Amino acid sequence: MFPWLARRLLSSLLMIVLLMTMVFAVVRLAPGDPLEAGVVETVESRDRELLRQRLGLDEPLADQYLRWVAGSLRGDWGTSLRQQRPVVDIVREAAGPTLLLSLTAWLLHLVLAVAAAVVMAARRGSTLDHLVGGVGLVLLSLPGFWLGLMLTLLFARQLGWLPAGGMHGADAALLPAGARLLDLLRHLVLPTLTLALGSFMATARYTRAALDEALGQDFILAARARGIGERRLLWRHALPHALLPLVTLAGLQLPQLLGGAVVIEVVFGWPGLGRVAVEAIGARDYPVVMAVTLLSAVLVTAGSLLADLGYRRADPRVGLSDGVTP
Amino acid sequence: MSQPAAPLTMAGTADRAGRARTPGALALRTGAGLLATVTLVALAAPLLAPGDPAVLGEAADRLLSPSPAHPLGTDVLGRDVLARLVHGSRVSLLAGWLCALVAVAVGTAVGLAAGSGPRWLDRLLMTLTDACLAFPRIFLVLLIVSLTKPSLALTMAVIGLTGWMGVARLVRAETLSLREREFVAAARGLGLSPWRVNVRHVLPALWPTIIVAASLRVGSAILTESFLSFLGLGAQEPTVSWGAMIQAGRPVLLEAWWLSTFPGLALALTVVGCNLLGDGLRARLDPRQEAGRDG
Repeated sequence: MFPWLARRLLSSLLMIVLLMTMVFAVVRLAPGDPLEAGVVETVESRDRELLRQRLGLDEPLADQYLRWVAGSLRGDWGTSLRQQRPVVDIVREAAGPTLLLSLTAWLLHLVLAVAAAVVMAARRGSTLDHLVGGVGLVLLSLPGFWLGLMLTLLFARQLGWLPAGGMHGADAALLPAGARLLDLLRHLVLPTLTLALGSFMATARYTRAALDEALGQDFILAARARGIGERRLLWRHALPHALLPLVTLAGLQLPQLLGGAVVIEVVFGWPGLGRVAVEAIGARDYPVVMAVTLLSAVLVTAGSLLADLGYRRADPRVGLSDGVTP
Repeated sequence: MSQPAAPLTMAGTADRAGRARTPGALALRTGAGLLATVTLVALAAPLLAPGDPAVLGEAADRLLSPSPAHPLGTDVLGRDVLARLVHGSRVSLLAGWLCALVAVAVGTAVGLAAGSGPRWLDRLLMTLTDACLAFPRIFLVLLIVSLTKPSLALTMAVIGLTGWMGVARLVRAETLSLREREFVAAARGLGLSPWRVNVRHVLPALWPTIIVAASLRVGSAILTESFLSFLGLGAQEPTVSWGAMIQAGRPVLLEAWWLSTFPGLALALTVVGCNLLGDGLRARLDPRQEAGRDG
């Protein structure tokens, strides 16, 4: 276990260093210097020179790189050019809403995926199977931002059941705790639904394939021979077997969901990392962009590490000592 | 596991194979049909579109709801939505195919090199692939696109160049298994150069994998392009794109629902077409159902 874990941790660390280098390279090797890309048009050329010095943009690239890496590792991600406050604070404020949205959507997507997979596998080849598969394929093909707009149009504008965007109502600060939670939940429904509806079919297809494979194995035949009902067979015997690959998939879904959250946050005005990134990109606020990109990459690396660990815990056949990672 | 229970398993596989063949063919036909329709529309856009998509209407023509004169209504500037929709298909399809082409070309080259090259090269390329895969791709695309002046060409290049990782992994895995096959060993044994073995013997055997991966990538490239256009980072006016049309309709969503709705439906139909085609091709060419994950 420990040699494997040590090696895996080391490779994750290497990965993060590689990612940091990539982020730095992309931002700094692009033509023009960040100050010229229109961050602060109002700055006089004399002040611009001062600002460049203060930001360290006049130093050699290698020094800037080392300083950025060292700072990032210490948790010092510089100062936002536009908001003139530490990037760490901005990211910290935005991380909560993004995690809330992504995790809720991830849970819903998992529930929908397993339900769809079980329905399709249980009624294999039936009209219901094709119907669920077809509807899922269409949902998978929809542009997420458009689905969000349409759900807003229907549920917020036409029916008036749910708020159209944001995370809190205008009067949320004045409400008692219970009502405030309800307010938050009401704001959470549409973004979560949009994110989960657009992604569950990808997972459902994998789960369904795994279920089909599990159902074809000898232990199912043996259980059926012992007179166990089809429903119990599916839920208690085949499904646990099929959920194993889902552990790895869950880790792989993280980049997908984080990427999807960017789209959804923009449409719903959700104050998360994606919206911060898009706004920072519009303003060429490159310290913020670098921080958000790096943070998301670290989250994803951590996610895949956790998925690997989970997989090894869940499947006793995979030795914890060997170094082969899927 | 090792001893298959003859009758039941046989029935099971026969049933499975039978089930897989029919929807595979249906998906292939439907997908190809949808995609062919959109492609025809894109090619014949100037002939099919009722009028010029850029012609501004009179003040009285603004935000007209769908009517016989304007089947899909008019937009904020009085331009005909149907005409714009027809012309917008060009950007989406071009972006989809070109990005997929770039992604598949790079992915195949990397995968082939990693799968057939020396061990250190394999290690190096796969570490790089994993690092790129660990980025939520949209952040990388946003980062690069935002650092320069937005243009369609740049957007397409970036989408293509950030989408090769999934293909690289598939091609590498396939190459590794092909390397052990007899016809490749025979080619090597005849003294052919590694380059010749790869190009003339391994690559042709990889085609099914590559075609399936490409067709599944077209749809996701179209969606990424539409999102970037939606953010104003893709195609710029006067080029019409569906993503930008959806964005333009957003402020007046309640008064003029047709502005955002129809481009979205067009996108959905096109991407459904691509995904059906990919599924159908996969069912036919690649019985192992190895899914090409979105890189």
